[in-house]
Amino acid sequence: MTCLPKHPDKKLGLVIDLDTCVGCQACVTACKEWNTGGHMAPLTDIDPYGGHVDGVWFNRVHSYEHTTEMGGRTVNFPRSCLHCETPACVTVCPTGASYKRTSDGIVLIDEDKCIGCKLCSWACPYGAREFDTDVGVMKKCTLCVDRIYNDNLAEEDRVPACVAACPTSARHFGDLGDPQSAVSQLVAERGGVDLMPELGYQPTNKYLPPRTHTQRGASVPAKALEPVRAEGGFLGWVDRMLSN
Amino acid sequence: MHPAFSVVFFTTATGAGYGLLALLGVLAGLQIVPADFWLGFVGLGLALGLIAAGLLSSTGHLGRPERAWRAFSQWRSSWLSREGVSSAITFIPAGLFGLGWVLLGRTGGWVAIAGLLAAIGAIVTVCTTGMIYASLKPIAQWHSRYTLPAYLIFAAMTGSVLLNALLQGFGVGSVAVLVLSLLATLAGWGWKLATWRHNDRLEIPTTANTATGLAGGTVRSLEWPHTEENYLLKEMGFRIARKHGAKLRMLTQGLAFALPVLLLAATFALPWPFGAIPSVLAAIVQFAGMLVERWLFFAEAKHTVTLYYGR
Repeated sequence: MTCLPKHPDKKLGLVIDLDTCVGCQACVTACKEWNTGGHMAPLTDIDPYGGHVDGVWFNRVHSYEHTTEMGGRTVNFPRSCLHCETPACVTVCPTGASYKRTSDGIVLIDEDKCIGCKLCSWACPYGAREFDTDVGVMKKCTLCVDRIYNDNLAEEDRVPACVAACPTSARHFGDLGDPQSAVSQLVAERGGVDLMPELGYQPTNKYLPPRTHTQRGASVPAKALEPVRAEGGFLGWVDRMLSN
Repeated sequence: MHPAFSVVFFTTATGAGYGLLALLGVLAGLQIVPADFWLGFVGLGLALGLIAAGLLSSTGHLGRPERAWRAFSQWRSSWLSREGVSSAITFIPAGLFGLGWVLLGRTGGWVAIAGLLAAIGAIVTVCTTGMIYASLKPIAQWHSRYTLPAYLIFAAMTGSVLLNALLQGFGVGSVAVLVLSLLATLAGWGWKLATWRHNDRLEIPTTANTATGLAGGTVRSLEWPHTEENYLLKEMGFRIARKHGAKLRMLTQGLAFALPVLLLAATFALPWPFGAIPSVLAAIVQFAGMLVERWLFFAEAKHTVTLYYGR
């Protein structure tokens, strides 16, 4: 049913640290690798070695230049499903293929019910859903639902593939409905924000903004080169001759 | 937004079809339109034909059309599902109405009730279609108070212009219907101009800053996550209309409103059968104009996901 659960027992989601993300794309490839064989498999690639590569990805990393009066900086920005508390992608679904789980708040698609009308992708402001033209159904991030509860994996591996892959620990996974959880504490401490809060989707995933600039670093790392002083003697004569 | 032709044709055809069905239901039910066999056969055939062709066309953009029946299930939350349910239910009174009029040759009694119910179903269905677009928050041009009335006005407009063409064609032209179609076309024109004016002055609170959570200053896209256009850019990042916007708006105004107004005005001066020619032409030209209007409705709409791509 595409009606939303009133009070999900948990709010599982990601916290993404824009301060430490280096844009290495490891989360992107780890996501693709796991999920092309996972719950929403396959993540079809069209013309993968041709001139018009296209395909389904659940996680994409953009790079932005953020310029303020404090200066400019490059911010790498991973974008994936935010598992919103009021996901319009679910309520617009005419078939019941999209749903939000009561037990943990994860937003999923039942591929066998999806008619591929694409309305859910229009309803998502974040571009989290991508259409698989080959299978004819919509696909999206599952928060690696087939990893996080998977008894066949070692306990430390029961996190989404993107979180496991991140070399700088810029991605954190946990229950954002529990104020005592590590992720909630991190959000509180670092002032984590919602994306497009004005639209009222109440995303579960939070983004930690880059830390503010400090004056601790050297403002100029080395002295600028000085012009060569005019010399006397033979070399001075050569310099003068060549300068003419 | 990418204007898929199947959806452009679907909303234009069903709008005209439901408009015509509603008008026939009300006017024949109230005995304003005569219970003529050929008028009923052609009129209801055209209305239901447009509706059926539109609905069939709408399944053309589905990834899995064979599962389309599932779309009747989620009417409690989804406007698309409500549209499906409402359109299917409307076929029942519309069918009975057609049966009574065309086969039994009467439009009074229970046939009139069926006609009125069909009209209500038609109006409800057009409302659900409008709400599909009006409820989408990421697209500011659609999520506005102009969208739902637009669908209703345009359905009334194209429906009444079609009805006038039919009545003129069968030599039972009615001045009231002619005036109605003229006024509806002027109303549609005014509403479209007001909508464009509103959209051009739209101040959208969602920016690249709120999209990325990076407060203050400017956020400029340095690098996309991919080198080729992906689904999001193909579906939501459509930009051709913005390039030719002014020309296409002129074309819309000419075909959908200005020419039909002139042709309908000419109908006043011409006796039957000559009045039928401009009336039929008005309906055809307006339908073509509304296809351009609907194409623009999609193509000019900007989805928030384009902010992530600096578009």
